Amino acid sequence: MKKFKIIIKNLKFYILNFGFTFCMLNFTFNCYAQSISSTELINNAKLYDGKIVTYEGEVIGDVMVRGEYAWINVNDGKNVVGIWIDKNSAKDILYAGSYESRGDWLEITGVFRRACLEHGGDLDIHAQAILKIRQGRRVAERLNMGKRNLVFVLFGVLCLVWILKPLKFK
Amino acid sequence: MILKPLPEDIKAIGYYLGKIIFGLGITMLVPIIAGLAFGEVNPTLDFLIGIEITLIFGLILTKLCFTEQDLNWMQGMIVVSLSWLAAAILGAIPFYLSGHWMSYLDACFDAMSGFATTGLALVQDLDHLSRTHNLWRHLIMFIGGQGIVIVALSFFVRGMSGALRMYVGEARDEKILPNVIHTARFIWLVSVVYLILGTLALGITGVLSGMKPLNAFFHGVCVFMAAFDTGGFAPQSQNILYYHSLPFEIITVIIMFMGAINFKLHYHLWTGNRREILKNIETRIFFISILITFCIAAFGLTQTGIYPKAIVLFRKGFYQLISGHTGTGFMTIYGRQFINEWNHLALVGIICAMALGGSVSSTTGAIKMLRIGIILKALLEDIKRIILPDRAAVIQKFHHIQEMFVEDKQVRAALLITLAYLVLYGLGTIMGMLFGNPFLESLFESTSAAANVGLSCGITNTGMPGLLKLTYIFQMWAGRLEFMSVFTLIGFFVALIKGRR
Repeated sequence: MKKFKIIIKNLKFYILNFGFTFCMLNFTFNCYAQSISSTELINNAKLYDGKIVTYEGEVIGDVMVRGEYAWINVNDGKNVVGIWIDKNSAKDILYAGSYESRGDWLEITGVFRRACLEHGGDLDIHAQAILKIRQGRRVAERLNMGKRNLVFVLFGVLCLVWILKPLKFK
Repeated sequence: MILKPLPEDIKAIGYYLGKIIFGLGITMLVPIIAGLAFGEVNPTLDFLIGIEITLIFGLILTKLCFTEQDLNWMQGMIVVSLSWLAAAILGAIPFYLSGHWMSYLDACFDAMSGFATTGLALVQDLDHLSRTHNLWRHLIMFIGGQGIVIVALSFFVRGMSGALRMYVGEARDEKILPNVIHTARFIWLVSVVYLILGTLALGITGVLSGMKPLNAFFHGVCVFMAAFDTGGFAPQSQNILYYHSLPFEIITVIIMFMGAINFKLHYHLWTGNRREILKNIETRIFFISILITFCIAAFGLTQTGIYPKAIVLFRKGFYQLISGHTGTGFMTIYGRQFINEWNHLALVGIICAMALGGSVSSTTGAIKMLRIGIILKALLEDIKRIILPDRAAVIQKFHHIQEMFVEDKQVRAALLITLAYLVLYGLGTIMGMLFGNPFLESLFESTSAAANVGLSCGITNTGMPGLLKLTYIFQMWAGRLEFMSVFTLIGFFVALIKGRR
């Protein structure tokens, strides 16, 4: 009986070990924990197709809510990739990048599709987890004094040319 | 013997060039007003500097070269070709001042791309560009699509016979109304009416797609201008992929089609002659050409297996094809996907579509459907001549607004322009290959530039050599003006150097 218990205990250990190793291998083959650049995704789209990837970048433009989900576009500095996210996750996005603001910087983990059949063949990522790494901010515009002065100087030149024109006919 | 141009020639060219530059400067008032409305201070300053420099140039030219003489054909052609160069150089000032373009050459590249309604872009960090600059990017497409000279003809030039010479020089060989200035105004009327309708349609679709109303209508007006004038710029760096919206894609396809139709055909549609669209040789050839090139592209895409569902294949394949055929350049895929995911056959389909283009007297570039139709009719006539008895009288007719006979003069002109385009496509391809790019990629990018399309497979970027940028600028310029005024300008410079008094 004691021997049987030891065998069972060992068996549990082997099963757990095997399961863990299998999961790790599976994770290695199907998931890329380190964030992947948009250039890497676009240039090797076939390799990453259907895999879980981690991608990070700045939210730009609009957060476009579509039913229970939303589209956001995330720019990693090279390209912009469309991310299909849960509507509730979209509520956490406070800033989207534009001329007036820097958008929230997000880390997205999700399934990458080179031609998503659900979305008309778009190259996109269906987000499973979103982490806000850095919050965006409004960008205060400062008057460029050099440009302002140049405007005044050129205005003077323009007036001069304008005035000189009728003189020609006198 | 070549005759040296007279000082009167230079004065007339300078005077009318100055007038057109002045007109161009006035158009910068639109982004200035927009900049003030959006509260974007520095971008407004960029345009104030731009307008001042442009007006100063325009005024100096009109003052120094003042003349009351009218333009002859040679002068008219030169004014047009120089106007487009001046527009690219002066229109680039606000771009460069924004800091979103790496060099002045890059800014000139985008300005020429905009005015020539091409759509190839070297702008950096487009997603953070001000609305004022973005509006200018699209407005120059609207101005260039109608024709820079058309703007001047419509608003600044009254009742001069030299107007016709400039009108023809800008690759518009068909008058819609007997008076060329009335024709120019009709083109503006059509464009503005469609602008209002198109902006409403795109804006409402944007709002329904989840965009903020202000953004949706701003994007609506920009995308309309780029679509109707078959330009291809978009307010965001993802181009049309940004919207992830089928309705948006459908509306842009309709607008691109309308932009690719001859303005003369628009006139007939407006006056109730709807049957013309079915009978016209251009629309028929356009339809057949779309069908053939789409079959080629679709067959290629089926081989790759990237789009396993037919509907998805149609959505992606047809959109890029129509965008290429109409010379627009809108994209719903990334440029590198053309090379990495599409195969050679699919690319050949797109390249053929780009090379053929839309209708004459529309906003498209490339060889154009009427010329293809005339060449095919002439070919048919020659085949009939061989088959039929010698005594048989062989005539070929085609319907383009009215019934016309195929004449040798028309065939010669069509073949010459077609040949010139093929040489231009080849020139850019060789230049691309000289800088180490593969053949098909070079051909793709060259055809896109010369046919004023704007689809890119990735060669066009800020890192490409300056000489290649200049090559594409030349291709965009020569392709938009359809060569005659460019050849005249080259001849003029040769005469200046080698001519005798």
